[in-house]
Amino acid sequence: MKIRALALALGVAASGAVSAAGEVEVLHWWTSGGEAAALNVLKDDLSSKGVSWADMPVAGGGGESAMTVLRARVTSNNAPTAAQMLGYDILDWGKQGAAADLNAVAAKEGWDAVVPAALQNFAKHDGKWISAPVNVHSTNWVWANKAIFDELGLSAPINFDELVATLEAIKKAGYTPLAHGGQAWQEATIFDSVVLATGGVGFYRKALVDLDADALGSDTMKTVFDRMAILRSYVDDNFSGRDWNLASAMVIEKKAGMQIMGDWAKGEFLNAGQKPGDDFMCFRFPGTSGAVTFNSDQFMMFKVGSDRRDAQNQLASSIMAPSFQSAFNVVKGSVPARTDVSDADFDACGKKGMRDLASANANNTLLGSLAHGHAAPASVKNAMYDVITAHFNGEYSSADAVSELVAAVDAAK
Amino acid sequence: MSQKWWQQQLPKLVLSPSFALVLFFVYGFILYTGYLSFTDSRMFPSNELVGFANYEKLFALRHWKIAITNLGIFGGLYIGICLVLGLMLAIFLDQKIRGEGVLRPIYLYPMALSFIVTGTAWKWFLDPGIGVEQIVQSWGYTDFEFRWIKDRTMAIYCIVIAGVWQTSGFVMAMFLAGLRGIDGEIMKAARVDGASSVQLYRRIIIPMLRPIFLSAFVVLAHMAIKSYDLVIALTNGGPGRATELPATFMYSYTFTRNQMGVGATSAMVMLMTIAAIIVPYLYSELKGSKKS
Repeated sequence: MKIRALALALGVAASGAVSAAGEVEVLHWWTSGGEAAALNVLKDDLSSKGVSWADMPVAGGGGESAMTVLRARVTSNNAPTAAQMLGYDILDWGKQGAAADLNAVAAKEGWDAVVPAALQNFAKHDGKWISAPVNVHSTNWVWANKAIFDELGLSAPINFDELVATLEAIKKAGYTPLAHGGQAWQEATIFDSVVLATGGVGFYRKALVDLDADALGSDTMKTVFDRMAILRSYVDDNFSGRDWNLASAMVIEKKAGMQIMGDWAKGEFLNAGQKPGDDFMCFRFPGTSGAVTFNSDQFMMFKVGSDRRDAQNQLASSIMAPSFQSAFNVVKGSVPARTDVSDADFDACGKKGMRDLASANANNTLLGSLAHGHAAPASVKNAMYDVITAHFNGEYSSADAVSELVAAVDAAK
Repeated sequence: MSQKWWQQQLPKLVLSPSFALVLFFVYGFILYTGYLSFTDSRMFPSNELVGFANYEKLFALRHWKIAITNLGIFGGLYIGICLVLGLMLAIFLDQKIRGEGVLRPIYLYPMALSFIVTGTAWKWFLDPGIGVEQIVQSWGYTDFEFRWIKDRTMAIYCIVIAGVWQTSGFVMAMFLAGLRGIDGEIMKAARVDGASSVQLYRRIIIPMLRPIFLSAFVVLAHMAIKSYDLVIALTNGGPGRATELPATFMYSYTFTRNQMGVGATSAMVMLMTIAAIIVPYLYSELKGSKKS
């Protein structure tokens, strides 16, 4: 009798946690204001289905510290249900045999048909779904101050020469033409776009995805570096070490004409109360329209005991639900990771982003972003960072940068 | 069991847990890192032995050469300036001046800050947009320029400045303790023999501070080799990769670039460098204490 009463009391106390489908533990680094708000959409959705959420936030932008924590957890056989992850990291974990198999959920909900093929390459290992993509960020965007463009009678440039002319006009008017933060990944983000604009889709694939030594060492690549140097000349002197959001602020405050940055920059403009089309402009990096360089945040699922599997499947299913994909990405600034979501709730830039993604997917011009770990593994990516940032800071001539790039990639492969 | 046996064994018993922990967590992992440096470990430790391939790879990396050169510049200047400055401050403070009780902690307090705080404060200080350059220009000297931290050839000297600011007070305290330990009779005797102040310091006091120089050097040298947080906070290795040090190199290769083998190799090279400094020092210390 006593025991039953105790069990009942315990049951009542714990009912919140274990009543229906159980608990999911999720490791992520979305701790800043807008990101945390976006994640709450998911938490609320899960709790309405009786799944409770054990948060495991590890602060730090690119998730480097989060990865260190995760490695320790998994090697000690204490994997979380899911972890936020990017690109090649997911595949590396898949190779380690630590990933769950989501094929049952994926087949039931038809993920194969709606998730862009280029994205599936990063969510599947060995034919198995191991990860649920939350969003698609695209990196070949330019964010511009509309007031400056109107004042100088400028419009969105459509090729590199026009871009240079536009930057020159902004410079003459006394503004900083290009807002940029001198951090390796930001320089690499520009590099993505310049490679795509200079060499086209085929060259991008060959050089940055296949890591073909001939393509990396080609004259086209030298032109890419020449163009990087031209862009460098339109950046203010105080750029080194500046965070990307401060560079966005320069555009918002009408100190700078434009910023070349992924679509997360849009959040900064929206937070400052600006409207797309009225206060700021978004257009594809000149010469890259029709193609999209992307990176995607995903929740990779780990192998868990059978008691936690239902909750895990529920989490995966909730992440892929069109309603969540729409609600989350409206807040986050990215676009949904499936192409069949309604764009009704998105602003003008978001709608354009979704159209571009769908057409890039259809035309096979959807490319993983090198700067954000979706073109080459981390070791190669960072080796390229070294060369790109050294060249951008004036350490190499363009010709030297090309030969250094070939050597660095070869050493890191 | 006699009581005597207990008395003999008790200290060993009490010390053994910490001894075992240190043995495992410090020396065990040193050995493990050494082992990893001979494997092809990337994201995770691997057991595939590759001989000295990682060492060859490491010394072929331009990035590592930059890190080593920077360590040479930073270590040399940091240790040298800290020693000179610390000694000077200590000698000046030793002149029985008024207000020593106030001045001493002022120089010593930077040591109480962590390198992260020092680095962040100096980052703002040296930033041309908000720091020294901006202030001097606002005083009317519009030609004034001080943008070392944005200049890839000069940025490493910014790290020296911040490091020296942080540590020279501590070195001063060491020298001050040494100066206070010198027998006043010796100084009086020298004065009676007609030695000037300069001679007194050059010929008598500074030579007597030799052991302090040695201790200060060892403390500073290992701080220079393992300095990580100062660089991360001040420049984060930039502009470009211009201010990478071996410690930042080791972290990034091991944990973010998925090249654990190369990272472990650089850790071993750092360990050997530190050992090359510390071991002779310990040896001479131990030998000295046996004599006395």
